[in-house]
Amino acid sequence: MSNILEVKNLSKHFDDFTAVKNVNFTVEEGGFFSILGSSGCGKTTLLRIIAGFQQESEGDVIIRGQSMKGIPPEKRPVNIVFQNLALFPMMNVRENVAFGLKRQKLKKAAINAKVNEMLERVGLHGYENKKVTDLSGGQRQRVAIARSLVMNPSILLLDEPLGALDRKLREHMKVELKLLQKEIGTTFIYITHDQSEALVMSDKVAVMHDGQFEQIDTPRNLYKNPKTAFVAGFVGDTNRFELQSTAGDSMITQGGWTLQRPEHNNSAKELYIRPEALILNPANNLNDIVQFDVTIKTILFDGSNTKLSTMVNASNEELLISLPQNAQFDGIEEGHSLNIGVHLNDLKCF
Amino acid sequence: MINSKNNFNITFYLLIFPVLIWLIFMIVIPHAELLVSSFLVEDDLGELVFSFGNYIEFFTQKIYWLTFVKTAAYSIAVTLLAFIVAFPIAFYLTKVTSRKNAGFLMVLLLIPLWVGELVTVYGWMVLLGDNGVINHFLMTIGIINEPINMLYTNFSMVVGLLYMSMLFMVIPVMSTLQSLDDSLIEAACDLGASKWDIFTRIIIPYSMPGITSGAIIVFMLVIGDYLAPNLLGGKNSLWFTEQIYNNFLQTFNWNEGAAFGFLLLMLSSGIIWLALKLSGQKLEKVGA
Repeated sequence: MSNILEVKNLSKHFDDFTAVKNVNFTVEEGGFFSILGSSGCGKTTLLRIIAGFQQESEGDVIIRGQSMKGIPPEKRPVNIVFQNLALFPMMNVRENVAFGLKRQKLKKAAINAKVNEMLERVGLHGYENKKVTDLSGGQRQRVAIARSLVMNPSILLLDEPLGALDRKLREHMKVELKLLQKEIGTTFIYITHDQSEALVMSDKVAVMHDGQFEQIDTPRNLYKNPKTAFVAGFVGDTNRFELQSTAGDSMITQGGWTLQRPEHNNSAKELYIRPEALILNPANNLNDIVQFDVTIKTILFDGSNTKLSTMVNASNEELLISLPQNAQFDGIEEGHSLNIGVHLNDLKCF
Repeated sequence: MINSKNNFNITFYLLIFPVLIWLIFMIVIPHAELLVSSFLVEDDLGELVFSFGNYIEFFTQKIYWLTFVKTAAYSIAVTLLAFIVAFPIAFYLTKVTSRKNAGFLMVLLLIPLWVGELVTVYGWMVLLGDNGVINHFLMTIGIINEPINMLYTNFSMVVGLLYMSMLFMVIPVMSTLQSLDDSLIEAACDLGASKWDIFTRIIIPYSMPGITSGAIIVFMLVIGDYLAPNLLGGKNSLWFTEQIYNNFLQTFNWNEGAAFGFLLLMLSSGIIWLALKLSGQKLEKVGA
């Protein structure tokens, strides 16, 4: 598939700091691309540069092979769904969605047909004459998306549009948004600080930190094979240990826990282990397994997401372990000692 | 429980009492008395009898209803002018300049209010007179040879009315513009709207409640003003309030003055009602 968007060596300097530092990436036609980062990492600035609301200091944004230098936002083939949605409060649903089409001076019948089709698609049929202030959060969300999609943009930019919704609705909208994107095939660029949103919806996720991209990868790879310490710590739950020394085949954590080392990376400073990578009572015949004993401090029950808070016996350091909810582990109680195994590949050192 | 309810009732009446006193003694009674006296005419014996005479007098004397119509027309014009002048100021103060600058400029706007209308009107007389600052300046630099007659014309009257009322348009418009999220403007821009579209479709409709309440205040202030038309307008610019003043204090025909006062009240209420209907605004929304 061809690249619809290419961002080349993009930087943005403000008076006293640099918000975006030499960012490069491409987005495939029809893809769902997320930019994931904590607040203040520069992701909103990046999005606003692509939309044309802010001027890049260096570099270029290329959409469908055409440089966007000097092209104002209203002339770019992109539309944006704002964080606060920015629905026009003095207009009803139909007027909001028709606003962009009216600016194109289309015939009234054509506008109506497009608006009706789009409202049908986002499940707002019958709400045409409602005031946007009378809608629920999820419905307002859909109006904002419909208002942008009806313009048939090459790329739809979404600036944390689910941020204001409550948890349950957000879970629901995540799925809905992904299905909608698949159905209409428009390229989405979605920025968020919520890793679950990024992982669930995207084909590709870029993790942004301090104005730079740490890693661009599929959600699965990002989770399984983080390339940097920041990605390992930011995406998903993880256990983090600081290393005091590495020598030969082993490494020693700050607390004094000595364990085998997966690869000869002499400069490694940190060790990351995912809670679900830990095997409870591993069989003795497994290869490449590091084994150690822990003592259970508390059981953090959360349905299928239940975890054990434990202490590594060797160093008294804390370790979170996922607890599968099957009958095998029903007998586990606080204070018990457990034998734990972890595959060498699952020890991530940086 | 019973006790606290009683306490609440007493507090409630204590709080409502001054309002009621104000309403009854300052508004209801004087208006009722004016209304009654507007229907009284002295008969041949010098006794007051019921009659529509005061109102008939208004409609039969051309000068009265001509002034009436002129006052209405000029008040509407000044209100429109106030909007044209005030809107860019309000927009600049809320959306363009920094908060710090806005505070300073706001003080500058407020200063004329502190000195009172009479002083500002005299200020304009100094500026606009035949030997005034503006004419003197224009003659010194040689643009004109003879002073332009600006004072005691409709022009000077409109300038004075505009100057004293404009601020009352700026403030309500500013308060609605303050709540206008910049992302609405960006969203409109993103959807392909031109600057003109953004102004007419987003900014003006959004600030309509503020514009309406500003317009009502300005219109009321202007149509009921006496000083500016009297001092700056001169003989050529009769204002309806001057007719009322003449009746009360020059011809001492209080009954006709009362009738004229009521006509002015009906005129301003009528025009505001009509304007609210035409602009689709609701009074309770405007007040909020």
